[in-house]
Amino acid sequence: MSQENGKETFIQVRNLKKHFPIMRGVFRRQVGAVKAVDGVSFDIYKGETLGLVGESGCGKSTTGRSILQLLTPTEGEVLFDGRDLTKLGQSELRKSRRHMQMIFQDPYASLNPRMTVGNIIGEPLEIHNIGDAKSRKDRVKELLKIVGLNPYFINRYPHEFSGGQRQRIGVARALATNPDFIVADEPISALDVSIQAQVVNLLDDLKDDLGLTYLFIAHDLSMIRYISDRVAVMYLGKIVELSDKDTVFDHSLHPYTQALLSAIPIPDPEKEEKRQRLILEGGVPSPANPPSGCNFHPRCSYATDICSQTDPEFRNLGTDSRPHFVACHHAEQFK
Amino acid sequence: MTHLLEVRDLVTKFYTEQGVVNAVNGISYTLDEGESIAIVGESGSGKSVGVLSIMGLIPSPPGRVDSGEALFNGRNLIGLSHDELRHIRGREMAMVFQDPMTSLNPVLTVGYQLTEALKLHLGMDDNQAKKRAAEMLELVGIPNPVKRLDDYPHQFSGGQRQRVMIAMALSCNPSLLIADEPTTALDVTIQAQIVELVKQLQEKLGMAIIWITHDLALVAGMVDKVAVMYAGYIVEQAPVHDLYKRPLHPYTLGLLHSMPKLDAKEQTRLASIDGLPPDLRQNFNYCPFAPRCPYAIDKCKQENPALMAAGPNRVSACWRWEDLREETGFGVNA
Repeated sequence: MSQENGKETFIQVRNLKKHFPIMRGVFRRQVGAVKAVDGVSFDIYKGETLGLVGESGCGKSTTGRSILQLLTPTEGEVLFDGRDLTKLGQSELRKSRRHMQMIFQDPYASLNPRMTVGNIIGEPLEIHNIGDAKSRKDRVKELLKIVGLNPYFINRYPHEFSGGQRQRIGVARALATNPDFIVADEPISALDVSIQAQVVNLLDDLKDDLGLTYLFIAHDLSMIRYISDRVAVMYLGKIVELSDKDTVFDHSLHPYTQALLSAIPIPDPEKEEKRQRLILEGGVPSPANPPSGCNFHPRCSYATDICSQTDPEFRNLGTDSRPHFVACHHAEQFK
Repeated sequence: MTHLLEVRDLVTKFYTEQGVVNAVNGISYTLDEGESIAIVGESGSGKSVGVLSIMGLIPSPPGRVDSGEALFNGRNLIGLSHDELRHIRGREMAMVFQDPMTSLNPVLTVGYQLTEALKLHLGMDDNQAKKRAAEMLELVGIPNPVKRLDDYPHQFSGGQRQRVMIAMALSCNPSLLIADEPTTALDVTIQAQIVELVKQLQEKLGMAIIWITHDLALVAGMVDKVAVMYAGYIVEQAPVHDLYKRPLHPYTLGLLHSMPKLDAKEQTRLASIDGLPPDLRQNFNYCPFAPRCPYAIDKCKQENPALMAAGPNRVSACWRWEDLREETGFGVNA
């Protein structure tokens, strides 16, 4: 485990790639690849929340799943507490999953409708052979209490619960094995506004109480700013900007982040009327055939010749104590 | 003065096997020509059912508009026959739906779908309709409009499909455009494009707009007034600036406080609204928001407040709106 800026590095992701092959013809020959994640590197510090933000199809969920080895990465390393997860065998991987869990986006699809809440939350305990039947049941009741549900609900089925309550069940399941690291993949985007705040507050409290580390994936930038310590912005399989949240939100050095921030509506008519909006043209290109050079150059108003030719380096323009990584040839001009 | 649209005490219920669902419980609002209103609410608040009732698009059975009027240009739409409604829908009022993937027919070209309404409502021939359809595509910012008429919906991206839907809705020059969460399925940068497009088109064509959304932030910069719905009731209605500056219903206040602020340095803990929306199969003889309301007093649990005038052009259905005005005098964003 290495030390950096006084913070303990917990997870190191190095040049992670996940390419999905495109097969064609009778012989199913590979004719191309969807480069869902195309070489991302970052660290996650112990006890922090790293927010991963981007539009649909940018590879943020694939990144989360590849870190947990729910998808086998095409290339790259994921060091979890110093061990490379990509090199582990099935049984070792299974054991290490105790320490890393996931919360899914859709609280309707991620709970088995034929299982009781008790069985859903208790399943991880059974798989990892933790305790006996009695102590598992006690643990499930305790977990229900932790996530703010009545332990009395233990024998009910998922359909008897609302969306927000189901998401709490998903959180309880993730917490069952006492993990250190949780990937939360858009945990609130399927919920109503008034319920979102409930779940976000719950996740925030749990982090403090249980000393968790989160990778929080979302497309809602205001929520990302609220919950994260540091923020990584993804575009078309790559991380384009990474720094502490205030730096990313107030002093962004990447045109894509700037456009993303300017696209978010503000709940204040006066500010909205005065606001100068930076509206991006077109949509996100296909990751099967990404543009040459900088992925973002066809939509970027600052693009010059170099942008279409050379892929910009992901470099630190901040200080050592307050790093600010950006992948843009022209980042200096935004300082 | 007559309004373009005047909805009065609209009541829509669904008669299901599990009981009668009171989806819309007597909502009223008016809309003038060229004006825009946002109807904001969470899922199940009745915001969509309210406008679908006006357009005669409630699946019946189980749904039924039980009472109320919707005067469009002075003519009551409730109770009109299918044929009569068909002449109004698409021509004088048009709708854009949430999901552009499912609201276009995948096996017909975009050109066919665009010209269909033109031929039906305006009696154009093939050539005229095609020309007009291409103009409409150009208007909504689709490059190569003439060529794209022969393309199928799957050849367009999500944002472009929503543009096509808007082109289709506006092709007969309606005086009212109803947009039912048109950007919910889209990414933020595409959402910003569509919002900007609708704003420009409204300036150019001058139609009135009903914008249905769950996102209070989205409509802040684009409508004239806002109606907030909860449990089938309009609980507050106000001009856009007043509503955000000084909400006079605890639910509106709660919604605004439960959204994190993008530009705030110091993040205070989000004020969530505790509890869940109520079951709509009951008759509310108390304020439907009272069980979740931090301001609730005994009266709120005994009597359901009707909308009360709470200032110029604004109404609130809260017994304590005056106390709330004192308390929230600072405004949410001040």
